[in-house]
Amino acid sequence: MDIFLQQIVNGLVQGSIYALVALGYTMVYGIMGLINFAHGEVVMIGTLVTITVAGSLINAGMPVALAGMAGLGASMLICMALGWGLERIAYRPLRNAPRLTPLITAIGMSIVLQNLAMMIWGRNYLTFPPLLPKVNFELAGAHFTAIQVFIVVVSGGTMAGLLALIYRTKLGMAMRATAQNPAVASLMGVNINRVIAAAFVIGSALGALAGVMVGTYYEIAHYQMGFMLGLKAFTAAVLGGIGNLAGAMLGGVLLGIIEALGAGYIGDLTGGFLGSHYQDIFAFVVLIVVLMFKPSGLFGEKTGDRA
Amino acid sequence: MHAKLSIVALSIVAAFAFSACGQKEEPKPVAAPGAPAAKPEVVVKLGHVAPMTGPQAHLGKDNENGAVLAVEELNAQGLEIGGAKIKFQLLAEDDAADPKQGAIVAQKLVDAKVNGVIGHLNSGTTIPASKLYADAGIPQISGSATNPKYTQQGFKTAFRVMANDVQQGKVLGEFAAKQGIKTVAVVDDRTAYGQGLADEFKKAAEAAGLKVVATEYTNDKATDFKAILTKIKSTKAELVFYGGMDAQGGPMAKQMKELGIKAKFLGGDGVCTPEFMKLGGEAAEGNYCSLPGMPLEKLAKGPEFKERFTKKFNADIQLYSPYVYDAVMVMADAMKRADSVESAKFLPAIGQTKYDGVTALIEFDAQGDLKGGAISIYQYKGGKLEYVETLGGTPVDVAKAEVKEAVAEVKDAAKAVAGAAAAVGKEVAAEAKDVAKSATEAGKDAVKAGAEAVKNAADATKAAVEKK
Amino acid sequence: MSKWLNPRSAFGITLIAVALLGLPFVAAMGGQAWVRILDFAILYVFLALGLNIVVGYAGLLDLGYIAFYAVGAYTWALLASPHFGLHLPIWAILPIGAALACLAGVLLGSPTLKLRGDYLAIVTLGFGEIVRIFMNNLNAPVNITNGPQGITLIDPVAFGDFKFSGNTQLFGLTLSGPMKYYYLLVALAILVVIINLRLQNSRIGRAWQAIREDEIAAKAVGINTRNIKLLAFAMGASFGGIAGGVFAAMQGFVSPESFSLMESIMILAMVVLGGMGHIPGVILGAVLLSILPEALRYGVGPIQMALFGKMMVDPESLRMLVFGLALVLVMRFKPAGLWPSPERKRELSEKRTEGKA
Repeated sequence: MDIFLQQIVNGLVQGSIYALVALGYTMVYGIMGLINFAHGEVVMIGTLVTITVAGSLINAGMPVALAGMAGLGASMLICMALGWGLERIAYRPLRNAPRLTPLITAIGMSIVLQNLAMMIWGRNYLTFPPLLPKVNFELAGAHFTAIQVFIVVVSGGTMAGLLALIYRTKLGMAMRATAQNPAVASLMGVNINRVIAAAFVIGSALGALAGVMVGTYYEIAHYQMGFMLGLKAFTAAVLGGIGNLAGAMLGGVLLGIIEALGAGYIGDLTGGFLGSHYQDIFAFVVLIVVLMFKPSGLFGEKTGDRA
Repeated sequence: MHAKLSIVALSIVAAFAFSACGQKEEPKPVAAPGAPAAKPEVVVKLGHVAPMTGPQAHLGKDNENGAVLAVEELNAQGLEIGGAKIKFQLLAEDDAADPKQGAIVAQKLVDAKVNGVIGHLNSGTTIPASKLYADAGIPQISGSATNPKYTQQGFKTAFRVMANDVQQGKVLGEFAAKQGIKTVAVVDDRTAYGQGLADEFKKAAEAAGLKVVATEYTNDKATDFKAILTKIKSTKAELVFYGGMDAQGGPMAKQMKELGIKAKFLGGDGVCTPEFMKLGGEAAEGNYCSLPGMPLEKLAKGPEFKERFTKKFNADIQLYSPYVYDAVMVMADAMKRADSVESAKFLPAIGQTKYDGVTALIEFDAQGDLKGGAISIYQYKGGKLEYVETLGGTPVDVAKAEVKEAVAEVKDAAKAVAGAAAAVGKEVAAEAKDVAKSATEAGKDAVKAGAEAVKNAADATKAAVEKK
Repeated sequence: MSKWLNPRSAFGITLIAVALLGLPFVAAMGGQAWVRILDFAILYVFLALGLNIVVGYAGLLDLGYIAFYAVGAYTWALLASPHFGLHLPIWAILPIGAALACLAGVLLGSPTLKLRGDYLAIVTLGFGEIVRIFMNNLNAPVNITNGPQGITLIDPVAFGDFKFSGNTQLFGLTLSGPMKYYYLLVALAILVVIINLRLQNSRIGRAWQAIREDEIAAKAVGINTRNIKLLAFAMGASFGGIAGGVFAAMQGFVSPESFSLMESIMILAMVVLGGMGHIPGVILGAVLLSILPEALRYGVGPIQMALFGKMMVDPESLRMLVFGLALVLVMRFKPAGLWPSPERKRELSEKRTEGKA
């Protein structure tokens, strides 16, 4: 039982990270129906910027907590600028283009960002400075650290904040209106360009936050870390129903837990045939099964059908 | 429609022009040696291939640095081969660890008429490329491709200056048994390297009487290992063996600690790096890993090499650069002995190499594998890799192993004779006799080989005593 | 078809034929590596045209196309290598590979028929990963694919005694291995171009277009959308299977790392960058995207030397950076692709003016 509990904890933390990244995908998708493939790279840049800023501040003798906050702030600012730039350069000019065109520019941007990061931060794996004290807890046989608790709390809090933003503010209302019908929204006096830019900027800020979480948790960063993370998060967003904030959150957590339980138990259940080497498959299989019965994900609304 | 066709035709013509231009840019292949008429300086081109982009780029750059250092030093020496002054030139290429690009790059080097190739880094790219080099008769020495298959393809041009996965996995398995451990969990990263190493470890561990209580898997891009580690925890394994690289091994050791797993961590050369300790932090402390060859500190030229390397590149040695350095040196050494830089001429000399390198005394067996393949065990202590012991590889041990093998062969032959006799039975006794004869002959050969090995061992021991 | 017999077209076709025949010899002047690069370019043309059926004609976004390529490659590897000790001839393996890939296409297609747009994209992506992961892990309990170690010593393409590896003397010309593969690949590519052309204006092709434009309307006019969609998957997959077989034979080695997600994405990029659904455009896209990174391999270093007199940035890192930038810029200024079909171009300009009005 303690093993089961431990696996749930593992999955929950991993899932919270997926969820935080998935929020970025789903926000952009919800408003403009576009998969921002470069979002994973934004997360990567967020982590690497934090390493540089926080690392050098700590070296300069600043208290760790303060340096961490400064690093987070810096990476958020840079990622927000990056998100804004991405939208301006790669997506806005293509708003009327065929659906697949922005997908290709996104892939191009993703390659560009990866290689830029490689030039700036080098090819080596980097260690993330320890920003949080290492405290281990044990509860009913399950081990967890302060960082893990922090991650789950932060992603939950972010989620709540984001929901408040969407449903309680004017900007949120504008976003919802744009998502429903951009043309009508603009007739109602909504500045669509600004709303879409805001979605990108907020999504990227969340990406930076996720990047810092990933960094503090695993204490490792690399210019290629964004791709897999982005892919998993995107899967999570689709699982929950892309475009739906709560769906992204739930999808992320579910995905994390499925992976943990899959790796932990499927091997024994299938007599060792489907061991943890198939860990990455479980998520996709669950996704395919869910989509077979609910073609728009768990919480998704019906969407357009053009490729 | 016809307008379009003309456009197509035009663009193809343009492509012609383009490729023609591209051809002009090509460096003219330097004249082969043998004609030291006016200027007796010959440029020897060595190809080097490793991933410079992608997840293993850091290792690729490290390899390249090793080769660059070797070439620079060789040029500083001002070698003369075949009556001409030799200048080595390194053609460094990127294969992104992708087999397809590996083949293209290999072709590029073949076109450039390189005299020899150092690399590639990954077994996955080395194997398809080795065919191209073999067809062109270009000698290839890899400093890091550890997949046994690389040298098993029967190419005369393929060598490696590093112990293969079989040799290393075996030693690690035996080492684990020696630690008094009873149960192990094996994790691999499902790459050719990791899986090969883990499989060999498993075999050796089981042969030594250990119980493998869990076999788990991850991949070479993963950062989270808690799910599989939790499962391993439930099996109460005393040791976790990881077949894979440092970028996963470090965080894995760390996460083991976070989960309260008390088991030891053991890995191969992929985790025997400064990077591992950086990433594993405190969790690395006290655990073991192995590196092929002898430790740099123990070898005469080791510390000096390390110093030169760090001074030149202002970077730590990551992993394979000493081996790559040796690979270049071995090739140059073969050229010296053959007194020729022509591939066909110095290729046979590589097989007879006996070169005292930075990493080991390098000799090749008939396949092109490193002979003996000493494996050294290290322990992570206070943020440093501390040498523990060297297993296998010393002349005496090699001889011992050879004798053992010969004995085993004899036994096998005897078994085969018995089996053949039983199978054929009474009906065709005459045939059985023939079979028996040939089997006995095989046995004889094996015994002979054994005797020779014993002799070698005696010689080696004598030599060792004399040295002392 | 009659317009093909028009003398000026005939002239164009002859010119193309001569150019295609001569190209490898020109490339060989720059080295055999260029011939090999050409080989891969044509292989990608083949793959891109296969994917074009699924994405360009039927409008189904497939991010797992490489899976079919992998199936074909592994079929060849298993049936013509010492791994199982089988050495079947080409006319047996290629059809088997195509059939297996086709089956895989139907397997992927049938559960995903209901899905649309981006949901389909992620499921196909998942499917591609599933195939790769299985190939990577099927070395235990029964060793089928030899796992991550891959399969070595695969037989080259051979018709009787005529082998495609190594040099051959023919009519006084020396044909290298890559050159022979070039002609084989060109022949296959022409075949697939013809099939694509014939499909485009056939009943099936029109049905695909109808589904692409509006699935509900297509259903309403009596198109069996389920079968027609499955057909698109199956046909695209078969081409992938054939390409995979040739790839395995040409390389002599297959391992799962050749079939990563990035590969699927690149093929999709070729289709979209060139001009979805338009054959010349797709060919252009495939040739450009497969040659560009290799050409940059030769070009980036020397150009830097010429401009700045020294290496400013590692040529290796700059190479992919330039590649990524090229993707962005082309799509930015040519949203419908470099060479879109006339209809698509028209639609787009209409949409533009609508938006502005």
